[in-house]
Amino acid sequence: MDYFLTEEQQMIVDIARQIADDKIIPVRAELDEKEEFATEILNDIAQADLFGLYIPEEYGGFGGSCFEIVLALEQFGRGCVAIATSFAASALGAYPVLLSGSEEMKQKYMPDVASGKKKAAFALTEANAGSDASGIQTTAVLDGDEWVLNGTKQWITNAGKAQIYSVVAITDRSKGARGASMFVVEDTDPGFSCGPKEKKMGIRASATCELIFKNCRIPKDRLIGREGMGFITVMKTLDLSRPGIAILGVGLGQAALDEAVTYAKQRVQFGKPIISFQAIQHMLADMAIEVEAARALVYGAAKHIASHPKDMSKASSMCKVFATDMAMKVTTDAVQVLGGYGYMREYPVEKMMRDAKILQIYEGTNQIQRNVIGQELNKEYTKKI
Amino acid sequence: MLRIDIETCIGCGVCEEVCTFEAIEVVDGVAVVNEKCTLCGSCVDSCEVEALSIEAREKAAQADLAEWSGIMIFAEYRHGKVAPVSFELLGIGRQLADQQKVPLSAVLLGSAMDGAAEDLVSYGADIVYKVDDPALEFFTDEIYGNILEDVIREQKPEVVLAGATAIGRSFIPLVATALATGLTADCTQLAIRPDDGVLLQTRPAFGGNIMATIECPHTRPQMATVRPRVMKTAAPDPDRQGDIIDYQPQAERLQSRVRVLRNVLQEQDQVNITEGDIIVSGGRGLDNEKGFELIRQLADAVGGAVGASRAAVDSAWIPYPHQVGQTGKTVNPKLYIACGISGAIQHVVGMQSSETIVAINKDPHAPIFDVATYGIVGDLFEVVPKLIEKIKEKKG
Amino acid sequence: MNIIVCIKQVPDAKDVRLDPKTNTMAREGVESIMNPFDRHALEEAVRLKEQHGGTVTVVSMGPPQAETVLREAVACGADEAVLVSDRAFAGADTWATTYTLGKAIVKNGPFDLIICGKQAIDGDTAQVGPGLAKRLNIPYVSYVRKITGFDGGALSLQRLMDDGYDEVEIPLPGLLTVVKEINEPRVPSLKGKMKAKSLSLKTLNAEDIGADPDSIGLPGSTTQVVKVFSPEFKGERAMLEGTVDEQVEQLVNKLGTYL
Repeated sequence: MDYFLTEEQQMIVDIARQIADDKIIPVRAELDEKEEFATEILNDIAQADLFGLYIPEEYGGFGGSCFEIVLALEQFGRGCVAIATSFAASALGAYPVLLSGSEEMKQKYMPDVASGKKKAAFALTEANAGSDASGIQTTAVLDGDEWVLNGTKQWITNAGKAQIYSVVAITDRSKGARGASMFVVEDTDPGFSCGPKEKKMGIRASATCELIFKNCRIPKDRLIGREGMGFITVMKTLDLSRPGIAILGVGLGQAALDEAVTYAKQRVQFGKPIISFQAIQHMLADMAIEVEAARALVYGAAKHIASHPKDMSKASSMCKVFATDMAMKVTTDAVQVLGGYGYMREYPVEKMMRDAKILQIYEGTNQIQRNVIGQELNKEYTKKI
Repeated sequence: MLRIDIETCIGCGVCEEVCTFEAIEVVDGVAVVNEKCTLCGSCVDSCEVEALSIEAREKAAQADLAEWSGIMIFAEYRHGKVAPVSFELLGIGRQLADQQKVPLSAVLLGSAMDGAAEDLVSYGADIVYKVDDPALEFFTDEIYGNILEDVIREQKPEVVLAGATAIGRSFIPLVATALATGLTADCTQLAIRPDDGVLLQTRPAFGGNIMATIECPHTRPQMATVRPRVMKTAAPDPDRQGDIIDYQPQAERLQSRVRVLRNVLQEQDQVNITEGDIIVSGGRGLDNEKGFELIRQLADAVGGAVGASRAAVDSAWIPYPHQVGQTGKTVNPKLYIACGISGAIQHVVGMQSSETIVAINKDPHAPIFDVATYGIVGDLFEVVPKLIEKIKEKKG
Repeated sequence: MNIIVCIKQVPDAKDVRLDPKTNTMAREGVESIMNPFDRHALEEAVRLKEQHGGTVTVVSMGPPQAETVLREAVACGADEAVLVSDRAFAGADTWATTYTLGKAIVKNGPFDLIICGKQAIDGDTAQVGPGLAKRLNIPYVSYVRKITGFDGGALSLQRLMDDGYDEVEIPLPGLLTVVKEINEPRVPSLKGKMKAKSLSLKTLNAEDIGADPDSIGLPGSTTQVVKVFSPEFKGERAMLEGTVDEQVEQLVNKLGTYL
């Protein structure tokens, strides 16, 4: 379907598509098998200027919105969700600075993120703080001109690969949700280290480790925004980034559909290509409908978010839930269409199905998203009635 | 320029149909050519009313052409021996020379060459122009080009052939440009038209999907590089007599602006597949690297080298030096066994000149069977193990 | 270092077929692309520019629509683009092509280095690079697989040979033709694409470059294509029959002399 992209937006799609086809797809199976981080491909993406898509021009970026990054992520997701996740996580790590950081902080960090010279990461999750962020144990205490961080973050994407980490820590436990703050930690800061690589079901080419803070001392001006604003920044960040996860589901679903249709045209059983059987046709038709519906929703939500910074949550959560649930279903169906071959690692749909699962879990589980949508509906209708 | 006779044109649109470049359109009942025209001539041949013509170059100085006579080959000498392609050139060169009743000469360039010129004579050369000079130890385009250019200017052969090797394809264009004559690269067939002595040079184009025959009608010599292992080497005759002439180039012709510091030989692989008499090749039908093992076993059983289609190489079941076909090597073994190779044209061009071709494929309609001497339709995982067993049995 | 890269727009060769009945090329679905070897030439030029400074100018001789590949080259890092186009250039063989390109390059101005792809995938001749060097009377090295150094006046290179490689030095100005293993071409960048969109191309026709009408296009060509046809195969279909065991038995008997 034609979504009437502008010429510039079409350029972004073309470049990202070429990166997916020429650089990502030929190596994705190998990187997945070896659980290897795609350093070279991320360099290719940097060289193509795409790391700066969402960063304002005054900090060396392209000045695009959440919609432009969605266009690029769709293509990367079609290529490999692991690599796309590494790319998206850098944006997730940069958003807190862009949303709440001081001018000096933006000037200091954003040009290198925009050029891809440095990668960012976002550190919220801990062993006892997943969907319930109030369980955060990591603390930051002001000691003279320095903050001292202690604690451990878990399952942090780009850990060990990023140079800039946006970290959530408790600065005043007595204030509850108002007691959390965000800080920029650099990979070279004393007392900061990464744990061993996690072994994952899918997105194996992405880096996921613990971050360990042991009396990690950072300058006072690394506080992002004001003290106690941490959760607000986190929520805004996730609202802004979730369409990026949603669109990975669309790209992935599209890739699975492409594989399934191609295979169904080639595979002959009972003397005919299996695409001529209605049972297969209906599965493929449903997959196509769902992918397109999800795309329309994510594009719409991303455009809404780009122009309504104060009303992001519901659109953001809705598109994340719909598109990622779709990706799980469509990739599962693609494996089914390919039958035994689909279950084998030689064909790409097996990896796609493994990769799809994380989309329903990370950046807020789909259950939590439904909570958000429910609460938003409650608020909306309270106002109306 | 393409001329369209608007009086004759009936606006039938056949030329528009056949034009690959969308360069002709019928407008108001007459064909009109636009700037996309490449003068390929397809439309001229297709026009039933002969309304189209290509304005060709005026034939200039026809008389000069008669001054050029004889067939000359460039003999490549590397690492102490004459490259095999040179003997193949003598094979085809001999045929052309005999047909034209002219001498066959060879230009041999190198350093510290022993007996190489004599070998060229025994393989069919009537005259060998030899330059044995330390300046020729390494290949440089300029020095090799200078000397060949000078010998050609002095001897005026009508045809000059060289191997389409790295060396031939690199410096022969320099010589042709210097002599202001035409050059056809990578020929696979050569013949002289008896009525006018024009060399018909046939070569693959578009990655081997199309063959083209090319002439060099107005200038001499007619130059071609010839793909290695396509032409047949004649049997050597040690008693053959020929003149070996030590050619003395002028000192300034032995100067090169490019300096070669050293030559590094690299092991291609244990077996160079272009050398073997038997090649067993595998393709996509082997399914995976493990399946490809079967090809090595069959190759072991028959004492052959292992080849592969592009699909197998792209899947990294076997490294690139084993690839046969347009983007790989051209081979012509006595026996070529293709297992699980569909026979895409890109593959076939690289092996079709093999003496005997055996194809094993589960698809009875696979195009590989069109070139196969013997075909077996069946599951190669069943056929090949049995074949290995049977061959071992036979060999005892 | 001011570098010129010669690029050609070609039909995607793997899609080109002759219609066996009409003996004409089937154009359905054949895409025009930048000659793949030229991508590597361009990439190497852009890398040299990034290391040593200077400019990269891409030059293409072809019909007006060759503008597409020139803009693509700009998106991938070239600074300037020159389209050498005239109906009078049509039908040029490599001899007429090197004449035309040589004239155009001289007209365009001084340069330090010319880089070409090893060959174009439509003709596969590999003649334009060496021929162009001769026209311009500059040294050249074919089949360059690696640039190992630059001392300000000369480039150190590795030249791929059939049995290994040569280590060579070439003084500038000079010309190189490159093989694919020299580098991995980049994809276009966003800034490059924006620049490519707005850049005005320089166009040169036969008159602009002062070409002798007898040396260009078909009249200037020394060779002529007189016939095109599909490759024919000599194989005769002799399908073996029977059970697998019987077929294997027959085959081994027939291959007797080879085994």
